[in-house]
Amino acid sequence: MNNPQLNKHGELQHLLSTEGLPARILRDILDKAGEFVNVAEGREIRKVPLLHGKSVFNIFFENSTRTRTTFEIAAKKLSADVVNLNIGSSSTSKGETLLDTVDNLCAMHADMFVVRHSTSGAAHLIAAHVAPDIHVINAGDGRHAHPTQALLDMFTIRHYKKEFHNLRVAIVGDVLHSRVARSQIHALTTLGVPEVRVVAPKTLLPTHVEKLGVRVYHDMEQGLKDVDVVMMLRLQNERMQGALLPSAQEYFKYYGLTQERLAQARSDAIVMHPGPMNRGVEIDSSVADGAQSVILPQVTFGIAVRMAVMSTLAGGKQ
Amino acid sequence: MNIHIKNGRLIDPHNKIDAKQDVFIVDKRIAAIGTAPQGFVAEQVIDASGMIVMPGLVDVAARLREPGYEYRATLESEMEAAMAGGVTSLSCPPDTDPPLDEPGLVEMLKHRARSLNRARVFPVGALTYGLKGAELTEMIELTEAGCKAFGQADAPLTDTRVLLRAMQYAATFGYRVWLRPQDSFLAKNGVAHDGEVATRLGLPPIPVVAETTALATILQLAQETGVKLHICRISSAAGVELIRTAKRQGLAVTCDVSMNHVHLTEMDIGFFDANCHLAPPLRSQRDKAALRAGLLDGTIDAICSDHSPVDEDAKQMPFAEAEAGATGMELLLPLVLKWAEEDKVSLPDALMRVTINPAQLLGVKTGHLSVGAHADVCVFDPNATWKVAPTALKSQGKNTPFNGYTVQGRVRHTIVEGHVAYSI
Repeated sequence: MNNPQLNKHGELQHLLSTEGLPARILRDILDKAGEFVNVAEGREIRKVPLLHGKSVFNIFFENSTRTRTTFEIAAKKLSADVVNLNIGSSSTSKGETLLDTVDNLCAMHADMFVVRHSTSGAAHLIAAHVAPDIHVINAGDGRHAHPTQALLDMFTIRHYKKEFHNLRVAIVGDVLHSRVARSQIHALTTLGVPEVRVVAPKTLLPTHVEKLGVRVYHDMEQGLKDVDVVMMLRLQNERMQGALLPSAQEYFKYYGLTQERLAQARSDAIVMHPGPMNRGVEIDSSVADGAQSVILPQVTFGIAVRMAVMSTLAGGKQ
Repeated sequence: MNIHIKNGRLIDPHNKIDAKQDVFIVDKRIAAIGTAPQGFVAEQVIDASGMIVMPGLVDVAARLREPGYEYRATLESEMEAAMAGGVTSLSCPPDTDPPLDEPGLVEMLKHRARSLNRARVFPVGALTYGLKGAELTEMIELTEAGCKAFGQADAPLTDTRVLLRAMQYAATFGYRVWLRPQDSFLAKNGVAHDGEVATRLGLPPIPVVAETTALATILQLAQETGVKLHICRISSAAGVELIRTAKRQGLAVTCDVSMNHVHLTEMDIGFFDANCHLAPPLRSQRDKAALRAGLLDGTIDAICSDHSPVDEDAKQMPFAEAEAGATGMELLLPLVLKWAEEDKVSLPDALMRVTINPAQLLGVKTGHLSVGAHADVCVFDPNATWKVAPTALKSQGKNTPFNGYTVQGRVRHTIVEGHVAYSI
């Protein structure tokens, strides 16, 4: 089966998932992002003309402020023309299918689509449908994948830990519904992290999660023991009570990340969160704002990583 | 019409015939096998040299989409598909719009089908009004209108007391109850087998226990009521084992599997191929192997196409939003032949699963070529290969996971009630 993300020369054509990509491609993106961050660390991200004359369409079938904004900033820093469309889930009920929407935007000469959709596989469907000179970036599809989030997480880890091959990483929380977790797991294993753990009650884990190459923990203290990186996941409001979990309070009591629990990890462990955070549900404020937290740098790096992805796909040489 | 089918290899599993024998049809019936009846004058001669002559196929699950879903398929288009597939008898599930819960609807469907003079249509009536799982339908009236069994298609029947009552009522009159076992709570919103692929792709899962918990309940209620039970579209190893045990204990239960599940697994979903969005979901390699073992040891009685034409727009969607189902009647014979070859099953044994076995569990008199039987015959070329493609299919539904496969076995002639309804 052909990898729908690569062209026939083995180059990245679309970014749909971190699964099935060679480590080389992931590393190249991180390296390229590093160059943009160096620019950024001069307090000013230089605007570069890599995507000059290109049109980037952010099509969001599911609401998002943070992700859409960082994509928009990234595209503008690359001198692209950016169009934002918040389509919402109602447009399909108005009769227009997803692919009709895409066809219309193609007719407006889009060069790149950044797509978020509530259903797994939406970005794959669009990528399979568009002309070969158009690139698709998956900005989150259902429970499936959120590759740019995972890449910015990898960038953050590399920034603080330098290497991947000697790390223990724990992913904590609602893995079952999380596209972020799936993309993180594939990226971590591809980049050579020897031990990836998931920590959650059984109701928040997919049945065959171990097939993804992770070790499963249900006990938070054991799961955090001696890890170098703690990656927290967001717990959606609607899942805090009902048949998955009895209450947010009980969840925090056993799976909330407190300073006390974090002490199980290595003393130089970093704490990450894809945002937006539920303080007092999955993470205590003292940890979120504490010395080991790298949550805000993640957001900053997110711009550079998205610039790197967009320029890898459509920017040619720097 | 008097037809002489000569020089073919006749395979009639019911009569245990596998030999080079001619078939003689007089009017609407099989008049003789081997030697011509006295005074026989052929009006049409079919030279079946190099071909196999068999009873027309009996497909226990073919959605014709009428009434109500004519944009997906019509009786005309799907009857052509049946003929091209050598299917001369079929039963259609009641999930039309409106559902087959009124005698008038069933009579209309039977009448429309008869007027087309193609495959015989044996509707499965709705077990409950509107398939809502609350009130029993008029099963006697529906039977008089032509229903051969009663079921819920894919609609849930969650109220176990209603299910018990429905079985008791059906058992009173000796009617058949056909059910696809799926617990609607455990399967809620699910679109793929709860396995490695669904985990990787983030697809909402349908666990095997959704099948087995429902199946265990159904089997116990059948035991209690003594109803003639048929289990539709078994999909899991654990499900096959439950049926095997029930049969061993003497329960009157039969079972079918769709050809899709005999050949495909969750891995075929690949990168979200919506053509593999099926109900029940494609399961693991281990489940597929167990289904094949169930076919071999007789736990599973019949193979069906589970023909479900879906319009293109409903498939051009993200996997979970795409409608479940695949077209299939034209692929039933080639895929049964493929299974026979892969599992080294003799042709008579394999063809039994699409002729006499389904006819018997449906309670109809077709599926064999005994003298005096309906002259429903399929003549196919076992060596002809063809490529599955939308343009190669007569069905209005072009959606199939087998798109692009090269299959072996091509129907050349389909005879229904003594007239040649299809020839290429």
